[in-house]
Amino acid sequence: MNIMFNTFTSSNIFIGAIVLWAIGAAGSLFLRKNDNLSNTFGNCFAVLGSILGLISSSLVFIGGFEFSFNIVSSLPLLSLSFKVDKLAAFFIFTISLIALLSSLYALEYIKHYYTKYNIGTLNFFYNIFILGMVLVVSANNALFFLIVWEIMSLASYFLVIYENKEKDNLKAGSLYFIMTHIGTAFITLAFLLLYSATGSLDFSIIKENIGNVTPLVKNIVFILSIVGFGTKAGIIPLHIWLPGAHPAAPSHVSALMSGVMIKTGIYMFIRIFMDIITTAPVWWGTVILILGAISSLLGVLYALTEHDIKRLLAYHSIENIGIIMMGIGSSLIFWSLDMKPYAILGLVAALFHTINHAIFKALLFLGAGSVISKMHTRNMEEYGGLIKYMPQTAFFFLIGSMAISAFPPFNGFFSEWITFQALFKGIMISDTSVRWAFLTAAGSLAFTGGLAAMCFVKVFGSTFLARPRSKEVSHAKEAGIKIRFSMLILSTLTLLLGLASGTVTDILSGIVNNLGIFNKVKPVLLATAVNVRLEDNFSAVSIPLILIILIVVTVLIFILVSAFTLNTKIQIGDTWDCGSTLTSRMEITATAFANSIISIFHGVLKPTKQITIEYRDASMRYFPKTETVRLGTKDIYRGYFYLPVQLLTTKVSGYVKKIQSGNINTYILYILIILIAMLLLASI
Amino acid sequence: MSVLLWLIQLILIPLLSPLCIGIVRKIKAKFQNRTGASVLQPYRDLWKLFQKDEVISKDASWIFKFAPYFIYSITVILGASIPIFSTIFYPNLLSDILVVIYLIALGTFFLALAGMDSGSAFGGFGSSREMTVAALTEGGLMFSILTLAFAAHSTNLFVIAKNISSLSFFSFAPIILAFGAFIITMLSETSRFPFDNPATHLELTMIHEAMILEYSGKRLALIEWAAANKFLIFLSLGANLFFPWGMSLTNCLSDTLLALFLFAVKILILCVFVAVLESSIAKFRFFRLPDLLFTSFILSIISISLII
Repeated sequence: MNIMFNTFTSSNIFIGAIVLWAIGAAGSLFLRKNDNLSNTFGNCFAVLGSILGLISSSLVFIGGFEFSFNIVSSLPLLSLSFKVDKLAAFFIFTISLIALLSSLYALEYIKHYYTKYNIGTLNFFYNIFILGMVLVVSANNALFFLIVWEIMSLASYFLVIYENKEKDNLKAGSLYFIMTHIGTAFITLAFLLLYSATGSLDFSIIKENIGNVTPLVKNIVFILSIVGFGTKAGIIPLHIWLPGAHPAAPSHVSALMSGVMIKTGIYMFIRIFMDIITTAPVWWGTVILILGAISSLLGVLYALTEHDIKRLLAYHSIENIGIIMMGIGSSLIFWSLDMKPYAILGLVAALFHTINHAIFKALLFLGAGSVISKMHTRNMEEYGGLIKYMPQTAFFFLIGSMAISAFPPFNGFFSEWITFQALFKGIMISDTSVRWAFLTAAGSLAFTGGLAAMCFVKVFGSTFLARPRSKEVSHAKEAGIKIRFSMLILSTLTLLLGLASGTVTDILSGIVNNLGIFNKVKPVLLATAVNVRLEDNFSAVSIPLILIILIVVTVLIFILVSAFTLNTKIQIGDTWDCGSTLTSRMEITATAFANSIISIFHGVLKPTKQITIEYRDASMRYFPKTETVRLGTKDIYRGYFYLPVQLLTTKVSGYVKKIQSGNINTYILYILIILIAMLLLASI
Repeated sequence: MSVLLWLIQLILIPLLSPLCIGIVRKIKAKFQNRTGASVLQPYRDLWKLFQKDEVISKDASWIFKFAPYFIYSITVILGASIPIFSTIFYPNLLSDILVVIYLIALGTFFLALAGMDSGSAFGGFGSSREMTVAALTEGGLMFSILTLAFAAHSTNLFVIAKNISSLSFFSFAPIILAFGAFIITMLSETSRFPFDNPATHLELTMIHEAMILEYSGKRLALIEWAAANKFLIFLSLGANLFFPWGMSLTNCLSDTLLALFLFAVKILILCVFVAVLESSIAKFRFFRLPDLLFTSFILSIISISLII
């Protein structure tokens, strides 16, 4: 065993994966003249690369064969330095898993782009995108990191604007482009600060010399990283690019962006705050916890207002990032209060929810994509009754909905359960100064759960149930075999990760223990194959038991009732229509479903209503010809956060503009002044 | 002996729940100066419905057909995993607060889907209202029981019942507060006044009844029975978590009989309370319900702050 698998193999397989993705990218660009060929080539190499990625990363985080290597470049500060420890391997595993299933799905899904758009460029950027994400989590040098971070961001930008015939996509793409670069600017600043304090861009050396960094600089680095990586993760209020960009991309790319790309921000939070900087004041965790609470609650509320199925799912990513942030935040607080066993609990919760969210969000995006490819619209109001036309897609989507709403026995329930335990522990044992933060977070998580369930009743009900609300529905057919197969695997995984929660918890505890600060700390979560309990017996849960009991009792009740009512008949009739003719316009729509909750939260959501009436006779305004009602919501963060920033920027630019005279002599004078100033500075 | 106790634990809730509904209806009838139907009438209704043929809408899918069985099973499972008369079932891994609350929510989820399934306007709006109320109830429900969990140092319902009964009398102020919060969420979850009118068939006001309008025959019977189960489950939670005295701690016969008797008395008191409440207040306007639910949440927060 050990002869066959060692660090040498794990690193070689890793390089193999990277090479395959690179070939996939180059090859599909080369074959761009032939849609079919470049589709097969690009996605097959993506699949093969992902399989190698899965093998290599499992070798690292299960087998413990961590590796790192350097490729020295001719540039002075840049070294292509890779380091894959268990934490990085866990994220590589997640990325590869979702990439594998998305690529499989894409083989069939992107056929509807044939002749309309170029498949070669799609697969080029797609492979580069996967490659970029994997490199981001394995980079061990700040400059190298920034380069691959930029590659990942740019590749995803080009994927967002891939369907460039639609104006909205270009707009969403530009916003994404701007926001992601604002984020990169903050990240660069954070790395430069660390560089000036430690004299190196290499993460390992920064980590060794972190003692030289003053607390003030650490605090600034914390804030810069929160803004920088938080923009990528999509925490509120830095999320404004997310609901636009994720829906604009092709669905299999949305699955990757929502499922794993935003997690690279989470990865860097853990890497910087818990691995590189090893002393965190309490307020860091508190800030992250509160940001998580706000993101999860507002994320789900905004999701409820949407009737564009992919925008809705994108808002749910914000919600789930919030839940992951709660895990990280509580972990940081426990750690700074020196309660390391509970810090492990929080971090395990965060990691567990990371992979869970990746799986069920990918499942939901793929399901939504399969509906959209048949319906040619993302507007849920035009769906309805699809369960009869696409029964299997509907079934997989239902499983995804139950998992994201955290219902037992699916995986979402378990990761929320551990997150709750971390928060409960925080309420119980922390002192009063941070207890309010834990209480707020637990309250917000409790409401988030209920609202998410409501949101998915809305999505599933208005998409798949009742009668069709447009003609397109009756032309819809079940999606192709590869599409269904990827969804089947993902659905199975949501159930399996729930059932094997004990085993997974053990593996995740191992990953967390591998971080320097948690070395040899005993976890408080005791897991066996069938159940998981807290060390002090505060709570215990067994997901397999829940599943078995649910199945056994339901089957038993079904048999009993059927045996008891053998001689009753079932008659198929019309829905009760109160004597009128029932049409599909009378059934509830997604907008109507959420209207009451929007009215209740009108203080936050600021619903707007715009009525346009066109009269038959403009002078005699009695008989309206058409009447249009447009319901919407106003984003408060735009008004209170982005607008002031924008106004300030415009104002400052106005002042700066004054030095711009347009006269070339003046500019030469400026250059001279700067030059002299620089020389003076250098001589000091 | 313990096999017998398990059997009682398993069937007690489904067996007695129609009786509770009957008792509440009878008391309400007395308040309205009517004789009212017998307290056994709900049993006869169920019997009658099980004998009847049913009509299923041609627009409905398998969700509509499957939901009643699933919802009923969930209430049976929940009934078996909450403390009723004895605390000896504590190793039960289904008795975790979060498991219980999320299983309740799972039932509501399927009921709401079934409401939308047949494409009737009533069903859809019923689902929308039900989910709105349920989403806002979850926080108060979880936190009111959480107060007890913090006091008892466990989230297992049986352990809570055991440990709360050994608390001193003076530590009960926050628990009473949490009980207030719990009662509000109980009325909401079981579709009672002032949240919903269990007797109405006026479409403008109804929540639960609107969702199940399309059901008939055995599936309607299952749903009605499940609703009755849920009512008794919440009554039992209120009686046995907040006032757990008298539950038997052993599996000896005399203790168990006494505990069963005390359980019946406590449930009866709560039934009278619900009936009096329903007879003396009016149903709230829908958009005033969130105020009540947020009050419940705030009450729980206060009691948690007091208890820690």
